[in-house]
Amino acid sequence: MDIFAQQILNGLVLGSVYALVALGYTMVYGILGLINFAHGEVVMIGAMIALAVVSILLSAFPEMHPLLTILLAGVSAILVCMALAFLIERLAYRPLRNAPRLAPLITAIGISILLQNIAMIIWGRKYKTVPQIFPTETFELFGASITSVQIFIITISAVLMTGLLVIVHFTKLGRAMRATSESQRVAGLMGINVNKIISVTFMMGAGLAAVAGILIAGNYSVVHYSMGFMLGLKAFTAAVLGGIGNLGGAVLGGLLLGLIESIGAGYIGDLTGGFLGSHYQDVFAFVVLIVVLVFRPTGIMGERVSERA
Amino acid sequence: MKHFVQDLWRKFTGNKRALFFGYIFLFVALAVLPFLLSNTVGLTWVRILDFALIYAMLALGLNIVVGFAGLLDLGYIAFYAVGAYTWALLASPQFDLHLPFWAILPIGAGMAALFGVLLGAPTLRLRGDYLAIVTLGFGEIIRIFLNNLDHPINVTNGPIGINKIDPISIGGADLTRTHELLGVSFSGAHTYYYVLLTLLFMTVVICVRLEKSRIGRAWLAIREDELAAQAMGINTRNVKLLAFALGAMFGGIAGGLFASLQGFVSPESFGLLESIMVLCMVVLGGMGHVYGVLLGAILLTVLPEILRSTASPIQSTLFGDVYIDPEALRMLLFGLALILVMLIRPTGLWPSPKRRTSVDPDIAKD
Repeated sequence: MDIFAQQILNGLVLGSVYALVALGYTMVYGILGLINFAHGEVVMIGAMIALAVVSILLSAFPEMHPLLTILLAGVSAILVCMALAFLIERLAYRPLRNAPRLAPLITAIGISILLQNIAMIIWGRKYKTVPQIFPTETFELFGASITSVQIFIITISAVLMTGLLVIVHFTKLGRAMRATSESQRVAGLMGINVNKIISVTFMMGAGLAAVAGILIAGNYSVVHYSMGFMLGLKAFTAAVLGGIGNLGGAVLGGLLLGLIESIGAGYIGDLTGGFLGSHYQDVFAFVVLIVVLVFRPTGIMGERVSERA
Repeated sequence: MKHFVQDLWRKFTGNKRALFFGYIFLFVALAVLPFLLSNTVGLTWVRILDFALIYAMLALGLNIVVGFAGLLDLGYIAFYAVGAYTWALLASPQFDLHLPFWAILPIGAGMAALFGVLLGAPTLRLRGDYLAIVTLGFGEIIRIFLNNLDHPINVTNGPIGINKIDPISIGGADLTRTHELLGVSFSGAHTYYYVLLTLLFMTVVICVRLEKSRIGRAWLAIREDELAAQAMGINTRNVKLLAFALGAMFGGIAGGLFASLQGFVSPESFGLLESIMVLCMVVLGGMGHVYGVLLGAILLTVLPEILRSTASPIQSTLFGDVYIDPEALRMLLFGLALILVMLIRPTGLWPSPKRRTSVDPDIAKD
């Protein structure tokens, strides 16, 4: 088996999940200029809800078609996450919209801690295994092996990303979103309900996050109450890498970061003569983040200048 | 404490000379506090007080970066880690080095300051939340390295951490042992309390003097408006680097003291949550206000401990069982407190008097 092809493939799978989460960050940042620190926890909650629904369905209706099970779990996770995001925005961010920039950042950290601990109280401290719903099949592709779950992940992500891009660029709602991100005040004067648009943006991001949570739970077969935080940070890195506020950038950044991590972790041992090993995988995201912010703070596709006092 | 005591005394006596007695009272109260605690609620609380003092020092260091200079640092615990590990490596069986504390303390402080500059230099151009994320990444990088530097060359002992760290010893007297002095027996926790209190007092004095100095005014100017500060002829690069280095230095000293008090360090103590915890002390107490930050640090160390010792008994008497374990409850309340304080009292519990007259938030936003 070709190791390099395999690493690229793994990177693409990981990257498409990062991209989904990064889209949520970038949409919110584009409109509010706020880093929604709690976004990673929404991913975690999505995975947890889906797992809970799947286990209930598996025990209550063992005969149900696996696709229907997944679909029901996915829909309930998406709905819960959307409601959660709506509440978070309403309670923790909206009252602070005119406060100094530090304030919403700190409430975001507070929400993140809150959600993690609520999840820990409800679902416990242990890693939870995800039951296998589909029989996993492995295919050969360019000398790399790809599982049916990975194909599923890439397909779903691609469909959702395309859908989002279509919504943002070709619908009335999307036009309102873009207008709001240009200037809330002027958008309001043009008859756009800015508060509603912001809520919708948060909810769309949360929906994507829920799906990302389910996909990553399917890929790694475990979920944990702390899984969201690191994922959230990496997705944020992806958003910054692509150019924060730019949807296409988030997708590109996500895929790139996935590739960098996977290839980097695969080859760092050889490059450093065995001094650094693959458990430094998490370092890559942060090094990338720092390098990007220092040398090109606008990211690959960003146009906006980050000069703000 | 000065203004607080001053106001209190003016209200009671209207006599300025009474201030002198106020200080005497405060001094005596702080001096007998550990004995009061160890005789009423137990020696554990003296140790908790010791940790509160270390955290206070840490929070004051972060206050220089976040409160004075307005540079949001979410990876501050990295400097604490650097200080702690410097102490641990230089005074433990790990490399069989046993340097005296007066040698390690400056080395640890210097190392932390160096790392502060290392972090500060590339991030000079970043502001606000970008800076927050980069510092967060930096903190995580340090932690990941501490966790993994046990091979191929064993430096940090990996996740297991370093054990048997030397305590501070003065003139051959080991401070963690119990000593008799003038007929009074001082346990390790007591002696450490006095050492830490002295160091904290020095930190407070340095912070207050710094704030009023030319450098301190430059920091405040940068915090309020960096462009304007630059236009006024402040060398923003050097002044910001100085804030990073000085803040990191206090973090390093606090870290070293932590290592020697605990006798053990592991990467687990230096996670992101700890960074956030210290930031909360600064924010909840009152960003930029030295006494407010002190208050925040003491409250956030002592209150959770009270909660830890009372949460389970209260739950079992009320509901007959322990439903939420105290650690989770502590974090829940902690998250909630962060949100509520930001919503209700965004300047913190005890904001600095100057901060209240700060720029109109609408202008400060952009």
